[in-house]
Amino acid sequence: MPNDRPNPDELLQRVVEDERRAQRGKLTIFFGAAPGVGKTYAMLEVARSELEREKRDVVVGIVETHGRYDTGAMLLGMELLPKRALHYKGVSLEEFDLDGALARRPQLILVDELAHTNAEGSRHPKRWQDVEELLDAGIDVFSTMNVQHVESLNDVVAKITSIVVRETVPDSVLERAHELKLVDLPPDDLLERLREGKVYVPAQAQRAIENFFRKGNLIALRELALRRTAEHVDAQMREFRRAQGIEQTWAAADKLVVLVSPSPYSQSLVRAARRIAGALHARWFAVYVTPRAGLGRSGPDEARLSKNLRLAEQLGAEVVTLSGDQPADEILRFARENSVTKLIVGKPVVRSVWDRLRSSLVDQLVRKGGDIDVFVTAGDRGPDEAAPPLRSSQPLELPSYAAAVAASAVATGVAYWIFGTDQLPDVVMTYLLGIMLVSSRYGFGPSILAALSSVAAFDFFFVPPFLTFDVSDFKHTVTFVVMFLVAIVISALTQRVRSQAEAARHREARTRALYELSRGLAGAQGLTSVVEVAAGQLEKVFESQVSVFAPGTSGPLSAVYTSASLGELAERDTSVAQWVWSNRHEAGLGTATLPGSRGLYLPLSASGGIVGVLGLFPADPSRFGLVEKRRQVDAFAAQMALAMERAMLAEETSRARREVETEQLRSSLLSSVSHDLRTPLAVITGAASTIVDGKALDDATRQDLMKTIIDEAERLNRLIRNLLDMTRLESGAIHVKKEWLPVEEVVGAALNRLDARLAGREIRIELPPDLPLVPIDPILVELVLINLLENAAKYSDGAIEIRSAVLPGELILEVSDHGPGIPLGEEARIFEKFHRSVHDGTPGGVGLGLAICRAIVAAHGGRIWAQNRAEGGALFQIALPIRGEPPKLELSESAERSVEAQP
Amino acid sequence: MTEPRPVILLIEDEEPMRRFLRASLGTHGYQLYESETARDGLAQAAARNPDLILLDLGLPDLDGLAVTEQLRGWAKMPIIVLSARGQEDDKVRALDAGADDYLTKPFGVGELLARIRVALRHVAATASGETTFSVDNLKVDLGRRQVFRNGDEVHLTPIEYKLLATLIKHAGKVVTHRQLLREVWGPNSSDQTQYLRVYMGQLRHKLEQNPSRPVYLTTEPGVGYRLRA
Repeated sequence: MPNDRPNPDELLQRVVEDERRAQRGKLTIFFGAAPGVGKTYAMLEVARSELEREKRDVVVGIVETHGRYDTGAMLLGMELLPKRALHYKGVSLEEFDLDGALARRPQLILVDELAHTNAEGSRHPKRWQDVEELLDAGIDVFSTMNVQHVESLNDVVAKITSIVVRETVPDSVLERAHELKLVDLPPDDLLERLREGKVYVPAQAQRAIENFFRKGNLIALRELALRRTAEHVDAQMREFRRAQGIEQTWAAADKLVVLVSPSPYSQSLVRAARRIAGALHARWFAVYVTPRAGLGRSGPDEARLSKNLRLAEQLGAEVVTLSGDQPADEILRFARENSVTKLIVGKPVVRSVWDRLRSSLVDQLVRKGGDIDVFVTAGDRGPDEAAPPLRSSQPLELPSYAAAVAASAVATGVAYWIFGTDQLPDVVMTYLLGIMLVSSRYGFGPSILAALSSVAAFDFFFVPPFLTFDVSDFKHTVTFVVMFLVAIVISALTQRVRSQAEAARHREARTRALYELSRGLAGAQGLTSVVEVAAGQLEKVFESQVSVFAPGTSGPLSAVYTSASLGELAERDTSVAQWVWSNRHEAGLGTATLPGSRGLYLPLSASGGIVGVLGLFPADPSRFGLVEKRRQVDAFAAQMALAMERAMLAEETSRARREVETEQLRSSLLSSVSHDLRTPLAVITGAASTIVDGKALDDATRQDLMKTIIDEAERLNRLIRNLLDMTRLESGAIHVKKEWLPVEEVVGAALNRLDARLAGREIRIELPPDLPLVPIDPILVELVLINLLENAAKYSDGAIEIRSAVLPGELILEVSDHGPGIPLGEEARIFEKFHRSVHDGTPGGVGLGLAICRAIVAAHGGRIWAQNRAEGGALFQIALPIRGEPPKLELSESAERSVEAQP
Repeated sequence: MTEPRPVILLIEDEEPMRRFLRASLGTHGYQLYESETARDGLAQAAARNPDLILLDLGLPDLDGLAVTEQLRGWAKMPIIVLSARGQEDDKVRALDAGADDYLTKPFGVGELLARIRVALRHVAATASGETTFSVDNLKVDLGRRQVFRNGDEVHLTPIEYKLLATLIKHAGKVVTHRQLLREVWGPNSSDQTQYLRVYMGQLRHKLEQNPSRPVYLTTEPGVGYRLRA
């Protein structure tokens, strides 16, 4: 029963794969054992039939005819994509035009020589990457390649032919190919064609036959090609059966782990693992164990390690980095957690007696591995790697060695002075103390030197016969050995403590950096500040310059942040960012895409998709190969992306809210306009038409009607004035132009403007005589006063008071009346736009006057509020800030006299 | 012999506005000529040599400032600028370029006639060279440099007096900040409006009954000051 149906996870995975495949173009590879078997010809033949019989839209992207006549003939009548001209170091080259192909978008495109390496300056270093992009764009691709270019077979081929092929294609590309068409030609026929000059020109052909095209080689390569094709067919078969639920999938089958190290030998280990995994159809992991300390690796080591891991990734492994001081335990824990069945380890290189004595990693794995099979593969040196130096040559740290010698000298002096030559145990203790001090400060080397020199000094000064290295008593020799061993143990222990402390510090620094980032991000409001905070942290932690790209409101991606020292971003930089944005894949420095860029570009992906692109421009580009660093960068990028998404969502929400508010405002504006503007218009129209029409009107009535027209027109004028002021204030068309002036003048101007409206009203003005000049915009503050005074006049009958005072840093202005006051609870709401008091029976307002006051006061950086006075009536108060010093006025007599002196 | 009717040229593109002015000015004894565009207005100004020009600031073909400048190139007749509210800067520019006064739309006919009267009388006054100025209870003897309020002499500092004298010279018309500063403090002080504001305040305290609600010396917000005539 259990195998009756595919399990749901499997089904889901297949659905996802099917979907991807449906969108993706199909790749057909014409696969051969050697050059000259006729791959290109076969490809063109199939393409022609697609074009002619299936009527498909076929374009030849790039095809090398190598001057072969029959191949060239096949091209006749087919559409050829123009090649891209490239100028590199003075040489003109022609390359496949990827952008041209993407723009042309045929159904099927022919791209010869999948393993080709693109000229420098192309988008991708390898042609197979161009093909991947074409497939991603949904274009079908025909391509050709030979078996020696398959990455996992690279070293096997090198062994067979003694020729190292540098142009390789990852196995994953082959595996994902829709079809692998084997173009087979028996070796004898191929050699025949070669001799006939159908493959190379005769001179070249002869050399080729002697080297690469030896019959033995050809047979072996043919076998490899056949096997590889069979594997592909086999895989397709399994796929098919899996789809039909016929067979249990390999999910329950083998899983492999291969241990990767910085050693150059790891390359062939990874390839071997790929071959085994391929044959077993097993999922496989490339595992690297980093010591807790994360230190002690040299630059070249780092570079080799990331190269090895990248190779594994390209070959289809899942790369895992573990950390721990006991590699064997960490590996086995990981293996058990993932139900790994097979472990592939390189044969340990024994370099010294020490290595022999120590229980090696392989020993431990075998001993503790239990039911996990451990394969030990010969450390076969990579084809293009030199063996590493025996010890990574660190610069000899002379001062620390000198300190080691000095320590034993001091210990000698101290011991001699205190204990003399009698109390040997105490002397030994003194030396051990010296050794311990050395090993706690310096590395292993100085500690050993300290131990050696201490033993020597001990022998020389304290062991009879004195002042010679001779030893009279055997038991002293034992003392030497014990002393030396103890010294070694002490320094080993101290070293471990030191490295753990170092590791802890390292980890702590990393954690702190991340913590600081998240704390900074938590406090950041808005996208701009989120980006600034994150970029600032990135700059600091990674010693890099940073640029952040995000889509603008109008669509295209643009730089929202650029480090000051980075200068203007070039067209190139933006186009890489654009590529990352559309492909959602990293690019630039240290990656497979556009590695020639000056920066590393990462997609900032959050839960809802990509939110931006991060560009990092390290001060020291060589440091970005670092596995550790990259992980940290990724962690930062993930945090940053989440924060950016959060900020973007928040902005979206507030935009939506603003829209709702605008909508509400629009509707209240409409109702205001329809009511408040129409009423006076109706009165004007009515009165005017009565005058025009009514001949029987007596003079008094006529006069009255005309007065009404004037009054209503003035009311209309006020309404429109308010609407216009509000609009201008809100649109930011009005700028506050502060001038130092006496409050009295503004009050006077406001009262002047309202002369007619305030006629007959008592106005009490209380302005202290010593009011200094204040910085305000006279026109705007006058507008505030006019609105407040109009309000007071409208809602009350008695006296109106205007008061002012200057507090430290603040000007207070008050307008109060003796009317009914503000309805309870509406003290704040009356400043809202279009707000009209519920029992507001008084005509004449749109509810904008106080909103205008608030906007103007706010533009001054001040406050406005309202309250009811205890003795009745409303009180409006304004506080406007006074910043800076009023300009000095030279009002002295001398200045006056000089004026008087003028005629 | 009756006095000749003063000739006014109206440069205004809005027909309803022209109709209203035609009706009100015609009945108040002025001879009115109309122009719809600035170019036609300039041509008519040259041809008819009017006593006063009413100039709308929002003309379609040329802005009012340019028209004022061109007119002032050769003509001395008063120019009253008509403008909408919110065009304070335009107004100030036109006044500084030589316009005599302004009116903010909408305005009543009473206001318009008062401004026209002031402008025309000013031309006459300049011609006759009067030496005393008086309005209500305020009297100034320009020959003796004496100022009286309710019959009592008020002592002014030299600058205060100079400021008042300048305003009297333009009595009834608006005088811009820049104009006042130039005439009282000299050509290099035209930015220091705070001097002007402080002296104007002092002047009000000496001449006005209620300096916070001035009657003689009124403020034209954003433009300048006006002395009641």
